Parts: sequence; structure tokens; C-alpha cells
Amino acid sequence: MPDSPTTAVSNPPVQEFVNNLGASDMISRSATGDLPPPARRLTEVAKLIDVSKCIGCKACQSACIEWNDTSPAIEDNVGIYMNPHDLTPEMFTLMRFSEWVNPETDNLEWLIRKDGCMHCTDPGCLKACPAPGAIVQYSNGIVDFVHENCIGCGYCVKGCPFNIPRISKTDHRAYKCTLCSDRVAVGQGPACAKACPTQAIVFGTKADMIKHAEGRITDLKSRGYANAGLYDPPGVGGTHVMYVLHHADKPHIYDGLPDNPKISAVVQTWKGVTKYVGLAAMSFAAAASVLHGVFAKPNRVAPEDDANAERLVGGGPEERT
Amino acid sequence: MTNSWTDIRNTDLVIVMGGNAAEAHPCGFKWVTEAKANRGAKLIVVDPRYTRTASVSDFYAPIRQGTDIAFLLGVIRYCIENNKVQWEYAKNFTNAALIVKDAFAYHDGLFTGYDAEKRDYDRTSWDYELGPDGFAQIDMTLQHPRCVWNLLKQHVDIYTPEMVERICGTPKEKFLTVARMIGESSAPDKAMTSMYALGWTQHSSGSQNIRTMAMLQLILGNIGIRGGGMNALRGHSNIQGLTDVGLLSQYMPGYLNMPVEKETNLKTYLSTRQFKPLRPGQTSYWQNYPKFFVSLQKAMFGAAATAENDWAYDYLPKLDVPAYDVLRTFELMFNGKVNGYFCQGFNPILAFPNRAKITASLSNLKWLVTMDPLDTETSRFWQNHGEYNDVDTKSIQTEVIQLPTTCFAEEEGSLTNSGRWLQWHWPGGSPPGEAKHDNWIMGQIFVRLRALYRKEGGAFPDPILNLTWDYKDENEPKPDELAREMNGRALTDLHDPTDATKIVVPAGKQVANFSQLRDDGTTSSGCWIYSGCFNEAGNNMARRDNTDADGLGTYPNWTWSWPVNRRTLYNRASADLQGKPWDPSRKILEWDGAKWIGSDVPDIAPTAKPEEVGPFIMNAEGSARLFARGMLRDGPFPVHYEPFESPVANVINPEIRGNPVVRVFLDDVAQFGTPDEFPYAATSYRLTEHFHFWTKHNRVNAALQPEFFVELSEELAKEKNIPLGGWVRVWSKRGSIRAKAVVTKRIRPLICNGKTVHIIGIPLHWGFMGEAKKGFGPNSLTPFVGDANIDTPEYKAFLVNIEPTSGPAEV
Repeated sequence: MPDSPTTAVSNPPVQEFVNNLGASDMISRSATGDLPPPARRLTEVAKLIDVSKCIGCKACQSACIEWNDTSPAIEDNVGIYMNPHDLTPEMFTLMRFSEWVNPETDNLEWLIRKDGCMHCTDPGCLKACPAPGAIVQYSNGIVDFVHENCIGCGYCVKGCPFNIPRISKTDHRAYKCTLCSDRVAVGQGPACAKACPTQAIVFGTKADMIKHAEGRITDLKSRGYANAGLYDPPGVGGTHVMYVLHHADKPHIYDGLPDNPKISAVVQTWKGVTKYVGLAAMSFAAAASVLHGVFAKPNRVAPEDDANAERLVGGGPEERT
Repeated sequence: MTNSWTDIRNTDLVIVMGGNAAEAHPCGFKWVTEAKANRGAKLIVVDPRYTRTASVSDFYAPIRQGTDIAFLLGVIRYCIENNKVQWEYAKNFTNAALIVKDAFAYHDGLFTGYDAEKRDYDRTSWDYELGPDGFAQIDMTLQHPRCVWNLLKQHVDIYTPEMVERICGTPKEKFLTVARMIGESSAPDKAMTSMYALGWTQHSSGSQNIRTMAMLQLILGNIGIRGGGMNALRGHSNIQGLTDVGLLSQYMPGYLNMPVEKETNLKTYLSTRQFKPLRPGQTSYWQNYPKFFVSLQKAMFGAAATAENDWAYDYLPKLDVPAYDVLRTFELMFNGKVNGYFCQGFNPILAFPNRAKITASLSNLKWLVTMDPLDTETSRFWQNHGEYNDVDTKSIQTEVIQLPTTCFAEEEGSLTNSGRWLQWHWPGGSPPGEAKHDNWIMGQIFVRLRALYRKEGGAFPDPILNLTWDYKDENEPKPDELAREMNGRALTDLHDPTDATKIVVPAGKQVANFSQLRDDGTTSSGCWIYSGCFNEAGNNMARRDNTDADGLGTYPNWTWSWPVNRRTLYNRASADLQGKPWDPSRKILEWDGAKWIGSDVPDIAPTAKPEEVGPFIMNAEGSARLFARGMLRDGPFPVHYEPFESPVANVINPEIRGNPVVRVFLDDVAQFGTPDEFPYAATSYRLTEHFHFWTKHNRVNAALQPEFFVELSEELAKEKNIPLGGWVRVWSKRGSIRAKAVVTKRIRPLICNGKTVHIIGIPLHWGFMGEAKKGFGPNSLTPFVGDANIDTPEYKAFLVNIEPTSGPAEV
């Protein structure tokens, strides 16, 4: 049995498919120092988003809402096509539209980028997370949030170089794209890739996706995009969501995609995360009942962790929701 | 479509003009991305706005809405001047070489025969010079000054790149880039596909917009070949089916004409439909018209249709006007001449132009029946919704009866897609509440009406009493029964005409296809072009074999395509005069010395010799028409006319307002705006996030595009002091709306004839029912005028004014 689908557009398997993504496949677990090494390594997967093929139809957003059964609010129009206006706990992926006039040709380019979790090889959210097991990383590259372990502290938001997770004001837990870990576990690709009408979103093994991207980049170069390239940023060890960009030399023109994303130095040097949570819990009085189970556990936080965490969180996670 | 969606992957160049395929047809657009990714195909977009399609294009050129004919005639001129013509194709497969009557002429925007009073032409001079043998005269050397080719050259001569820039506002260099890219597809082994939609149809010169591109495609040799064609992208899943089965008032099923008043008997009706060949040896397939007509009458009236009563010709209503299109119908309703209205599956107060007039018209009705899965605005037209539907409920006496119907996903049946594929589908769920299938509702109405006629007689009960209604359950005809009826069957044993001992189809069996239909009353078929969809082989529309034997996307066993499962129309033109494919790598057919062979059903008699029989078998000439003869009301060649509401005068003839033969109703003339009062050129369109007025009832779609807006350039926003996301008021001579402002670089002012023209874009998905925020549609503003030939309203080009305003009062 293959451990992952070769392409997201292949029809879902009709035979029974045993869940192929379990606790034994974790290679990293937030605030957990003694995770046993996994017995096997799954093939790394990746979602490749070809910005040059994307028509901005939002079918991916729609599929994401349907699959995850979320309910984003019906907001206002604020003068642009982007709706909702940002990622929310109910909207894990978002088409971001940028109108960019190419200074070399004076032609307008309407750059449309599907934003969402990048599933970093070196995930800043997981490193920053003080709640044991709230964020996990599997050997196939998926970084997933385990909501029953989440304490809603918002450190993951600060730790993320792409500004992705959002904290729900309803249940005070962090939400983001799961790369459809529940679908991938049974041999299917992510819902967004399945729905994409132009196959701008494709899914498969990371090696296959890099190869697929090379073909796309050759095509783009033949059309005059001399700087076309793959976005798989080394600053976070590479990602399991990658982009084909027509202008890979300036990712920031795609509505602020970081040119060179890195995990914040604070997170990198913060040794004490495994011990943790009191501080975050205190800043969340409203969430007290949700957090009762956490309080019941013997939590202690070292003074230096307190200080580092405060620097990390800054204005507090509420601003991010 | 002449071709199919899947065939678009075979193209070298896609031109999207008069449409926005990525936005309005995102699933079909996948074939464009396939062609780009796998063949290195290029995509050109020509549109007033930089659209979602433009965002993935190789080249974008702006154009002022309503000037496409000037642009395309400019491209034709460029191709002729620069020898970008597929000569063998143009000479042999079009009417370029045929000689036109001496009396025909064109001056300053008008052809011979114009009658300004009637707003119509006497079209007798728009035809070929016939020889004593009754055939059209021809000069294959193209030297004759009155051959179609030389008249065309003369006709397009004024549309220079400079003139195109003056009319269209397209910068000359951008126009020339597009013309150069298009010109490359004149090579016999290059293909360009035209993908268009309502951006061409919804103009007062809509039919001619499409025709101009068809002429260009013929000159380039791009019709009938893989990756080529004229591909109309249909906006509803079954709108192709709607026209096929004759839901337009002037048609019966299969594009047979509804008789008109002066055609008082069958002989007269058929006399103008003899369609004798205009060149020797040509097929002129419409010669079979009587077979299709008689078979239709037999399907409709069974034994009551006899040779003696002219196959019940008198049962058919006769049109007293060219058509009862939506504009005429609402004009009559507005004037109190319509009492009752059945509104099945559409939403006139958001869909038809000049909403104030539509609301006033509906208010004149005694009763209105709506049949819809959704609670539509039309069903609630009498209900006050503040500024979004500001009516005085007390003064409206119309009785509204809402009949909830099932939606497509709860039904069995076939949908005919843009590529003419009849695709059978099965219900995915059970209908909610009291929702009923449309078939059940129509069945109930018929059965009850018939009972009334039986009981009370009436002036002329025969058509109702004799209508064939032999369904298993008379209360609800089933989809498969209706499909079998459209396919048609033998009413008696059908003998082989050359061997009377042989029975081709036994009595009661389904005919294989329309080639077996007869005009002697021995066959029936409810829609001849659908004949073959459900024959003795079974329900061919339900086939799901996606085998692609030649690897070129023919898929002959996937569902069924009309006519006779042919996937590319005019496919004989994919091969040269001797029958060899122009491009062997994209072969459809070839002549093997005795017959046509290939992966598609030949669009010609299988043994018709290539050098004798022309590929355009439906035309009496056997060739395609660069010169349309009298087939269109507004000219045998297209002419640039301004929209009825235009920011600039017609530079060809400033005296002509709009299209000179378009029907206009007097009360509407007074409601046309002028640029002094309404300086901005507006257009309307769809957005990907929504489907018409349906999906605003769905929370997911409503969240993705929640609120009504208009789009304008940064330049106009600055001039008018309109902030991004601010409220604006937009008004025309007919109405006023309030909207959010999307200020964008994707719209830029154009310079037309020295004047700056600002463009305002108005999407159409909002109303006052459903989950999305309440809003308006462009039809509050659009003029009540349509195309010269088919009366499709001019939604794409009209005049408005704009100003910043405050938000709506809380309702």
C-alpha cells in the first residue's frame, strides 16, 4: 500500500484504506522532549501551488470550508476581492490578490496567491508552543494542531514566520490548515487540490512536486518570466507547501510573502518551552474553564521562560484573532 | 461550440474576447491551462477590464465595450494586408469567390435597401449573381471586382490600426501585437480557438460580434479543425439544451422555424425552406427539412397528424411578430396586454433590463406563477425591502403563486453542455419539503387543462386534445420517456428505399438517428438533432467510457453529442481539398480514396468526394459565408455601430445612433441617456464566487463574495474623490443603485477619438433574498433594448454617472 497518493487529482481509493498517519509517525511534538524516534519514515509529501496557473476562483476556499465544516462570517466588501479579509479560525486558506505593475514592462500583473500554512520542515509554531502535544509534526512533513491539547496562548502565531495560525474567540484554540491530514491519512489529497479547476494546486510526494515545478518553471521562462522559480524557503528548512512564482526573486510582491522566512531568534533560543504554560493561561482569564484540565497538571514556569515568552507574545494573541 | 471543451487542449492560441472564461467558466477553463502547460499555447485576452482570465494570459489588450467589430475587422484587414490568410481554405471552403449582385452596395454605415421609417432593410440585393443554370456565379481567381473577397477587402479598408485605436481605445501597438499573434494561426498547421460568451451576445450588435470572429476564423482556416472553432461558452449547465429543444419563441425543436402569420399552409411554409444547392453537387442538408418537420408533427400529434391535414400544420400557432422575446413580452406586460405569466426557473426582476419597468410590468399582472427551487426576488417583487425593493405593496394586486421545484441535483435527466454533449445524470438527493419536479408540475397543468377542454370545448380544442401524451403515468412524464420521444421511432416498418424486401427499422423501434427520419408520416422525432441520443443501443447519454483512442480528446464514447455523436462540427474542413489533414498531428478525418475515415463522425456524407462536395453541408453553397447574404437583419458584412448609449459618437457615421435596424419601443427611447448627463461607460458581468442569483442563497458563496460592489479606475476614483471600499451611488437614466467601490488598477481610462472614457464595472449577483448582504444588480440601470437579430438585451454597454455617497440606512 502506498503511504501517500501520487496526485491529488486521482480519484479517491474505493477500497478500504487503513489510517496511515498515527502517533507513531510523529517526529516532533510540542513541549515534549522525550519523543521516541519513529519506527518508520513516511515519504515526504507536499502541496504545490502554481501561482501562474491560479485564476483566483476561490474553489479552494470553498472546498476547505466544506471539508473542515467551518463557517466563516459573511463580512463586508472593503474594496478588494479578498474575502474573508484575513485568515480566520473559520477560514484556513485565503486567496490574496495583489495588483502589481511590472516596472520592466509597465504591464499590470494581477498576482493571486493562495495563503495558508506552509507546513515547514522546521516549524516555528511547534517550537514556540508551550502545550505538550498541541502541535505535532509527522514524518511525511505535515504539521498538525491537536486541539484538545491547545491552550490558546497564541505563541504559535508569534512563532510562525508566515503569520498563519488564528485563535478562535469561541473555543480559544488555534486553527490552521491541516494539509487535510485526515484525507492524506487515507490516501487522498487535500480538499483544495481536489477542487482546483486548473490544477494550480497539485499534491504528491515532495520529490515529485519539485520535479513538476521544474517543468512549470521551464514553461514560464519560455514565456519571458526570467526569474520564475520554486518557493521552498531554506530558512525554515524547506516547506511542504510550495509555490511556483513567476517572480521568485521577489516573493514579497505576492501580498507580502516573506522573501526569506526564518523562525524568530527568540523561539530559536528559548530553551524552556517544555516547562511552560502558566503565563499564557493567566493572560486568558476568559478561557479559564477550557483550561481547567491544564491547571490540574503540575505546571511550572521558570522566570527566564516568563521573560522570553512575554517578549515573544508581545501585544498578546488577542490581536491576532 | 463548434468543438468541445476537451478539444481546447489541442490549440496553439486561445483568444478570450467577449467573455471571461476563467471567471465565468472556471472548470472548463482547465482546458486552456492544459493547452498552455502541455502545448505551450498562448492566451490573449481583449476586454475592457483586466480580468481573472487576463491574470493568466500571455497578452492583454484593453478595449472599450461595444467596439469589438471595429477591432476584429481591423484584424481581418491586417491579415489580408499582410498575407496572413489560409488561402487554400479561404478560396475553397468559403464563399470568397462567389459573385455578388450588382445592386448591392455599402456607404457610410448603411447597406442598400435601408428604410429609416421601418428601421429595416429590403435585403434582396444582398445575394449572389445567379447564372442561367440557377447556380451562383464564381471566380476562383478572386479577380472579379464583385466577388465576396474583393467586397470584403473594400469593406474592411477603413478599419486601420489608427481607426481601431480611435474607436476602441486600444493603443495601436497593443492592437498590432494581438493582430500579429492571431495572424500566425493562418499557417495550415496552426490553430486558434475563440472562446466567447455574453460579452459578445449582450450587445445591440451581438450576433455580428460573433459573426466577425467567425469570418476571421474562416480566413485563418480555423473552423472544423482540432484546437480551432467558434466556441460559445454557455452560462447555464443546460442553456444549450434550451435553444436546442426550441424554448425560444421563434423556434420549434431542432432549430425548425415557428411558422409566421403569412405562412397560412404547409406548402407556403415549406416553399421558403427548399434550400436547393447554390453550387453544383452540394449537399445543402436543409433539403431534408420536411422530414424533420413531419416527424416532429407526428411526435406532437400522433395519429391526428395526417397527410390530409398537412400533418396538423393548422395546430401550430403562427407568429404575428418576428418573436416574443423577453423585451417584447415585458413591453406588452408593461402596457397591460399580458394578464398572467409563468416564470419557470428564472428571475426577471434581476435578470431583465430596466428593473423599474419590469417591476411595473409584473405589477400589471393578474397572476404570476413562479417555479423555482429558491425563494427568488421575482416571487417577492411585491414585498418592500427598503431601498433594495422599494415598492408600495398595497398598490400591487398581482396574485403570486410560488411552486417550489427540485434543483438539478435532485433530478434525473440530461444536460446539454456548451460542446453539445448530452450528459445524463442521476439524482444525488431527495427533494426537500413540497418541492416537485418540473415535469410533474407541467404534467399536472396539462392534464387539468385537457380535462377543461374536454368538458367545455373552447374555440379550438384540437391541439390540446390530440397532443400525444402516452406516458406511463400521465401525471408525470419521466425523463427517459421524454428522451426516447425526442430520439424518435418508426411508426410502421421502415423499408430500405433501394430494396423493399429489407426492413431498416421495424415498427415501434427507435430510429438509429435522424438519417432514418421520413416525411411521409412513418417516423416520429421530437427533436431531430437529438435523434440518436436514446436509440435501440440504449441511453447513449448515460455512457461514461472516457477512452481516448487517438490521444487528442475526442472521447467518442463519453455520453453523446449532437448531431449523430459528432464532436467537431464542419470537421471535413480539417483536411485539404484532396482530403489530407492540414495538420497530421491533429488529424480528425482523411479521405482514403473511397471514404472518409477518422476518429470523429464525418460532417459530410462518408463517400462524398473531397474535391466535389464542400465541407459546409448545411449551407446551400457548400461553403462558409464571409458574406452572409440576407441571413442577418443588419447586414451581410458586420459594421461597427456604437451601443445605444455610448460615450462617443459613431466615427463612421455620426448620424447613426446604435444599430440602425434594432427594434426600439417608443417609451424606451425617451429613457436612453446621453454622455453629457451620464459620462461613464458601464458594463456588467459575473464573478467566479457566484452563479447568477442562486448562490447568494448559500452561506459558503456568500462568505467568499459577500457584498455588492462596482469597480472603477484609480484615476476616476481620484477625480470623484471615491475612497477604496467607500460607498458610491451609480445612476443611469433608468435607475439608481448604491454600492461599495472597488478601486482598481485593473480598469484604466481609455482614449477614444481624443476623449478620455472612464469605465465602470457592475457585477450582477446581488438582490434582496438569500444569505449574502442585500444589494442591487446592473439591471436597475441597463437599457431596454436588444440585438438586431435575436433581441438579447444590451447589458454590456450603457451609460451611468457616479458619485460618493453614504451607507444605506439600517433596515
